[in-house]
Amino acid sequence: MTGPHHQDHAGAKLGMWLFLATEVILFGGLFLLYAVYLARYPHEFATAGREMHLVFGTVNTVILITSSLLAAMAVTAIQRDESKTAVRCLGGTVFCGAFFLCNKYFEWSAEIGHGIYPNSSRLATGSPGESVFFSLYYLTLGLHGLHVLIGTALLAVVAVRVQQRTIHASNYALLENSALYWHLVDLIWIFIFPLYYLLL
Amino acid sequence: MTPIVRPVTVPSFWNDTGKSGVAAWIFSTDHKRIGLLYLYSVLAFFLVGMTLGGLLRIELMAPGRTIVGPQTYNALFTVHGVVMIFLFIIPAFPGAFGNMVMPIQIGARDVAFPRLNLLSWWLYVLGATIIIVSLFTGDGPPDTGWTFYLPFSERTGTNVSLAVFGVFIVGFSSILTGINFVTTIHQLRAEGMSWGRLPLFVWSLYATAWVQILATPILGITLVLIIAERLLGTGLFDPGRGGDPLMYQHLFWIYSHPAVYIMILPAMGAITEIIPVFSRKPIFGYKMIAFSSIAIASAGSLVWGHHMFTSGMSDRAILIFSFLTFVVAIPSAIKVFNWVSTLYKGSISLEAPMLFALSFILLFSIGGLTGLILGAAATNIHVHDTHFVVGHFHYVMFGGAGFAFFGAMHYWLPKFYGRRYAEKPALAAWVLMFIGFNITYFSMMLLGVKGMPRRYYDYLPEFAPLNLVSTVGSWILISGVILLLINLFRGLWKGEPIGNNPWGGATLEWTIPSPPPTENFDADPVVTHGPYDFRKTGMP
Repeated sequence: MTGPHHQDHAGAKLGMWLFLATEVILFGGLFLLYAVYLARYPHEFATAGREMHLVFGTVNTVILITSSLLAAMAVTAIQRDESKTAVRCLGGTVFCGAFFLCNKYFEWSAEIGHGIYPNSSRLATGSPGESVFFSLYYLTLGLHGLHVLIGTALLAVVAVRVQQRTIHASNYALLENSALYWHLVDLIWIFIFPLYYLLL
Repeated sequence: MTPIVRPVTVPSFWNDTGKSGVAAWIFSTDHKRIGLLYLYSVLAFFLVGMTLGGLLRIELMAPGRTIVGPQTYNALFTVHGVVMIFLFIIPAFPGAFGNMVMPIQIGARDVAFPRLNLLSWWLYVLGATIIIVSLFTGDGPPDTGWTFYLPFSERTGTNVSLAVFGVFIVGFSSILTGINFVTTIHQLRAEGMSWGRLPLFVWSLYATAWVQILATPILGITLVLIIAERLLGTGLFDPGRGGDPLMYQHLFWIYSHPAVYIMILPAMGAITEIIPVFSRKPIFGYKMIAFSSIAIASAGSLVWGHHMFTSGMSDRAILIFSFLTFVVAIPSAIKVFNWVSTLYKGSISLEAPMLFALSFILLFSIGGLTGLILGAAATNIHVHDTHFVVGHFHYVMFGGAGFAFFGAMHYWLPKFYGRRYAEKPALAAWVLMFIGFNITYFSMMLLGVKGMPRRYYDYLPEFAPLNLVSTVGSWILISGVILLLINLFRGLWKGEPIGNNPWGGATLEWTIPSPPPTENFDADPVVTHGPYDFRKTGMP
């Protein structure tokens, strides 16, 4: 396990951007399905879209944008060698991530309580377009929620390492890449929110 | 722990770290060791896939039941496809020779992310293990074909979910390799190694890496959707619940057609290294070959619809996909013309790597031109889903990528073992493979033109003679492969030692000792000439 580890900053960042491109394409498959099925079932999608809880969606949007701001502030703080500020900002991001997931839990509980989930008897007897809409909704938001969970865990680890001073002003590639990942999670939500909550 | 046998006793990556136990290999971050791990893993799966293919041919030798029943037959062709595509041919070139050769060719000491590289191999092994487990657990091995078409793959009772999950993990491994290679080629080129001096094998891996990065995530989400269909009943591809199976086919081929270029591009790159060296002549049209790799990768990402001409598409869509398919033929032909021009007036030396390279040109051309018959909307209707398709893609995948892989093994493996194989048995193996290959797969194309469908268990009596010929051909082919592997590995372990540059190559890997030391170069190399400038190699 010897051998040179070329951990230059530029390389690590390029690698991360390439990885983020793969994430965009991963979600791209689901957005593609959304586009095709929206064109096929415009009315059913509109009816189904009215069942969305706009309040949950809006609150989660505000939470995620705030968390992204905090993540960006943590990067700036570490560049200025202000570790304490960085840890506080990261703590805020982690809190927002957890808050987002709690909201998601209550939102989904309410929907499942109303008999809206893939393969439910209510959707099976309803119009096919609605069933497609809710299947896509659960898959897209589920995959996004998984990314929120991973991002939150990652940022928590980073916060601990900043606290322990293994991440500092001259070695913060991990912090910067984790923040980039978090911005991606935010970016995808910025597309999910209008498509599922606002437009229909 | 028993040390792994060292081929040559001079200090090299086999022994210079002082660690040679199994753990020092499977947890090594050295690109050469990881490359060899990939090589042996993909070869093991190649042998599995070859055995399954041989059994398929025996079953089809005569009409009716020969050795297995219909359900086993369905499982055989499914697993043959899954193993050959996801576990052999996609990881083969980037994983084995990309890892072993590419960092040395650009003058680097390793790839950009050595630990990520090790993770790629482990993910490959994990995915492969899950696929193997799926064959022996649940309600039997998958019987859907490697394409996992819905809605059948949702309804079949066989163990599809687990196999699909294994393929998902292997796909993740492929993405990480792609990210690693793009970063490496951008960041770690030695001084003087400008983009215009990159060996063309590196150019081809660069184009391949972009396809791995941009196309594989679509496979990832598609496989997740299959599992969701089966486990959650999302119904996104089920017409009964508003879904559309055609959408599945689109998503699947958006990845799986570009994946064809993951398989063939690095093979073309390897051929482009071999041909000038054994013609003693610089490559003809360096820039056009580099450009055509990028052009194939880009245009090839837009042609997936030609797999679906009979599935139900608008005539306009068929026209566009058919046109784009013909566009891909242009950069492919550019490569073929440049290889042939390189041969022209060259001092051609017909050694084993060159024979594989030359047969690559012929077999790939046959595969490519029959691809145009399939890509043309009118002729496609007649041969769609017949044995013509099976013959066609084996010409491209086996006659192309497979033969190139065997050529690359003869060309590069002596470098990493410091010993070489015996030439005469290698030639005999090539003759057997070349003859056996053409008998096996040309018969399939003839059967397809006569109307024999693919993936059918039984057939009409009039197809019997050619099926028998094809099966006999597969025996010749398999015996050639076995002879090749025995001779090659015998030579690598016990053969005659070689110097730094046995073939007279001008790329950087031939300037360092055989086998190379762990750090590759004593001092960081400074590149002063192009990769095919043979005047500077000091060889006759």
